[in-house]
Amino acid sequence: MSKKILIVDDEPNIVMSLEYAFKKKDFEVFIARDGTEALQIAGEELPNVILLDIMMPKMDGYETLKKLRKNKDLKEAKVIFISAKSKLGDVEKGLELGADGYVTKPFSIKKVVTDVEKMIV
Amino acid sequence: MSNFVLILIIIAYLAFLFFLAYWSEKKSQSRWVDNPYVYVLSLAVYCTAWTYYGSVGIASKSGISFLAIYLGPVIALPLWIVLMRKIIRISKQHKISSIADFVSLRYGNNRFLGALVTMTCLLAIIPYISLQLKAVSETFALVSNEDSYVATGVFDDSTFYIALLIAVFVAFFGTRSTDASQGKRGIIATVALESIIKLVFFLVIGIFVVYFLFDGTTDLYQKASQMTNFKQLTSFGNLENGFNWMFTILLSFFAIFLLPRQFHVAVVENQDVNHLKKAIWMFPLYLLLFNVFVIFVAWAGNLSFSGAVNRDYYSLLLPLQEGNTLLSLLVFIGGFSAVISMIVVSTLALSTMVSNNIIIPYGFIKKLVEGNPEANAKSIKNIRRIAIFLLIIVSYFFYVQFSTQLSLYSIGLISFVIIAQLAPSFFLGLFWRRGTARAAHVGMLIGIAVVAYTLLLPIIVNVVAPGSDLIENGLFGYSWLKPSQLFGIDYLTPESNTFLWSMSFNTSAFVGLSLLAKGNYRERNYAEMFVHHENYENLQEDAFVWKGEAYVADIKRLLTRFLGEERTQRALSVFNKRYNISEQEEKAGSRLINFSEKLLTGSIGSASAKILLASVSKETPIGLMEVLNILEENKETKANNRLLIEKSEELSRMASQLQSANEELRVHDRLKDEFLDTVAHELKTPITSIKAASEVLEDEGMPSELRQQFLQNISKDTDRLAKLIHNILDLEKLSSNRTDLDLQSRKINDTIQKAINGIEQIAIKKGVAVHFEAAGYLEGLYDEDRILQVLTNLLSNSLKFTEKEKGIIKILLEEKEQEITICVEDNGRGIASEDHKYIFEKFFQSRNQNIKKPQGSGFGLAICKKIVEGHRGRIWADQKFDGGARLIFTIPKAG
Repeated sequence: MSKKILIVDDEPNIVMSLEYAFKKKDFEVFIARDGTEALQIAGEELPNVILLDIMMPKMDGYETLKKLRKNKDLKEAKVIFISAKSKLGDVEKGLELGADGYVTKPFSIKKVVTDVEKMIV
Repeated sequence: MSNFVLILIIIAYLAFLFFLAYWSEKKSQSRWVDNPYVYVLSLAVYCTAWTYYGSVGIASKSGISFLAIYLGPVIALPLWIVLMRKIIRISKQHKISSIADFVSLRYGNNRFLGALVTMTCLLAIIPYISLQLKAVSETFALVSNEDSYVATGVFDDSTFYIALLIAVFVAFFGTRSTDASQGKRGIIATVALESIIKLVFFLVIGIFVVYFLFDGTTDLYQKASQMTNFKQLTSFGNLENGFNWMFTILLSFFAIFLLPRQFHVAVVENQDVNHLKKAIWMFPLYLLLFNVFVIFVAWAGNLSFSGAVNRDYYSLLLPLQEGNTLLSLLVFIGGFSAVISMIVVSTLALSTMVSNNIIIPYGFIKKLVEGNPEANAKSIKNIRRIAIFLLIIVSYFFYVQFSTQLSLYSIGLISFVIIAQLAPSFFLGLFWRRGTARAAHVGMLIGIAVVAYTLLLPIIVNVVAPGSDLIENGLFGYSWLKPSQLFGIDYLTPESNTFLWSMSFNTSAFVGLSLLAKGNYRERNYAEMFVHHENYENLQEDAFVWKGEAYVADIKRLLTRFLGEERTQRALSVFNKRYNISEQEEKAGSRLINFSEKLLTGSIGSASAKILLASVSKETPIGLMEVLNILEENKETKANNRLLIEKSEELSRMASQLQSANEELRVHDRLKDEFLDTVAHELKTPITSIKAASEVLEDEGMPSELRQQFLQNISKDTDRLAKLIHNILDLEKLSSNRTDLDLQSRKINDTIQKAINGIEQIAIKKGVAVHFEAAGYLEGLYDEDRILQVLTNLLSNSLKFTEKEKGIIKILLEEKEQEITICVEDNGRGIASEDHKYIFEKFFQSRNQNIKKPQGSGFGLAICKKIVEGHRGRIWADQKFDGGARLIFTIPKAG
């Protein structure tokens, strides 16, 4: 069974790099540009991992996570925040909301990939 | 017209006046009642029956000398305004209710002086009132055609009943409040109306006589000039006559200040000192109008009647002769109006003076101290009512006894001469601090004695024992003591003669005695307050120096007797609050004494108020120097207090400024944090992108096409970073005003075109139409590069938010008075209404930290705003515009 990853970010250039890196590791990659799109795709595809930006148009990352967690089918999905918000308070808030990881921008793609792989083993 | 009908008309007219007075009392705040015109018209109470009828009589006998009585007030008026301003201010400050109170207060609440002034006024005014009654009675007889009817006694004389009705009117409307210093708007309204009526009807008869009985003024002049004594009637006469003129003018000048009724309407009833400004031109105009036709009516009368009639009543006889009953009735009503207004105001003023300056201070004060407030109010009102009735009845009997012998004009002049005796103490008292109460007493008494000897004695003797030796040859046969030609001056009229000598003796006595002995400290204190009123006006209760011992409880008990529990309580709590005095304070200070004196003055007069307060306190006399020192101190304390208050106000203002500055700083701080956060975020995004791309590029197996794409992304993100940094620096520079704008006069149309050219390629690619239409060239004063930046920014935003192939962008130009408005509108998705407030803030998305707005809107508008504001213009988004966005900004016009 192939691993599914959903990348949620409104910065196409960043998404493009992430997409390339995860495809390389045989992930099935889905892309959403905002929270609403993310909820829809996640509901349909039930990804194993969701990379979630916080600052997005329409619905922010926190809100999106809360809604994702309400879906029973997505209970097992690992959610990692990737955000430019790097203050300790932001990280804590993200983890308190039930995220499995918090990566601050700018990040190392290699590290994100290894972290994700570790998480779903 | 029959007696009966005429009486009915009089009663109807009086009933109407009752109604008007009643209505005005109720609507005393209405602009119909409280305005400068009513004030000016009430001053016209000066024109009595004497003016209305007497002027014509005197003009027919001795020509234009009647004018002197009206020239006085007209000449005096500019001075009158200046003096009145001072008199009114002093009177309002001390709650003065009559001229007797005014004079008595000036000389240290002197009881005897108040009484003396009152007596003088009575002496002057009672004959004057009887003169008015004489006019009513005689005109009544003329208008009613029942010649055979002759009153046989008091009770079938209609004049007696008319007088009684007037007394009822005054008693009813004049004594509604015990505080006599309070205005009586009802009475004043009727006086104002009567002033209109008497003027209009007098003009009507004048026009009737000149233009209907004769062919205009020229015709009348020509006919009159053929009469034998015409020259005498139209010339000013010789030097001696000039003296008579001068004295009469001076006399009327005094009268306009000193007549109790004039003092009452001008001072006591004044609602606003600024009303004087209207009076300065309207009152002379009124007098002028009143006198326009006098001489013509007099000529016409001389031409029409052979002299067998009373010349005073030409204005009534002329229409009667023509059989014009209506017109003669109008003239009668006009004269009647003049009579009523004079009697009403005079008796009102006199009754207040009699009660407050004679009856209460000399007889009733003990009784009042023992009475309760209701009973006291009742007693005071009753005293005044009885005084009103007595005055009118006495006047009536004086008329029955004496006035048949005298003309209207001579009684009027006698009255003026008597009232003029107040002049030295009144006028000099206003400007000369040395004037003393004793000097005022003596001066006034001597003046009156001279009047009595030279003017009244001959009249009385003529009635009692005609042809007496005393009148013909002088006292003890000395011709220089001949009453009407005192000291051998034989060219003056009796009135001028009396005026000259009485004023000379009066003034000399006043000045001489004042110089001889100083007054007591109380007199000096009030003298200082009157003379330098402007210095002490602000001192209020501190303006009067008092030393001694008194207890608040005693004073309170005293006040309660006159004002009642509630008003006393209210007044004292206001007083305590004003001076920050504890309610528990037992000892009364000089302020409370002064304050209470003022409170009582309105009800019982200043002399009684002083006596009452002296009865509940122990006053220690103070030296004059001490008085002046304390006054000076009070003034200083007052000034210091004001300074302190100003300082503390300034401090609290500064404190609140600091607080708001602090608040502002805190907001700034928060905004700065947010700004830095957002800057960091904005910078991190392209950096993340570059870093990620370079990492994936390490993969050697990447297809070259994709590799190319990544490299391009890196390049774009680098540009984005560079632009971002440039914008941040630019904005900071603009915010701290470190940029100098290169302001030049330019055509804004060209600049707009340049901006359009700059984005044209992108617009064509996206299929968005850009329209710019302008009616003509407009020149603005601006920095072209900067405004180009604004325009480009707005156009780029519009391009970004409009749909491909459907987008339309319009640029509109409008010329305003001072500025040019430039409007950029599109049919894109528009601006959410909740965002309107924030779009011009840098990184306005920071309102909600976690929601990101479309790229590029973070800085552009903030920079635009700074640039436009640097040009002293404004930029805003039109909130009412839907179907897209409309952003508008202004720049100054050239030149």
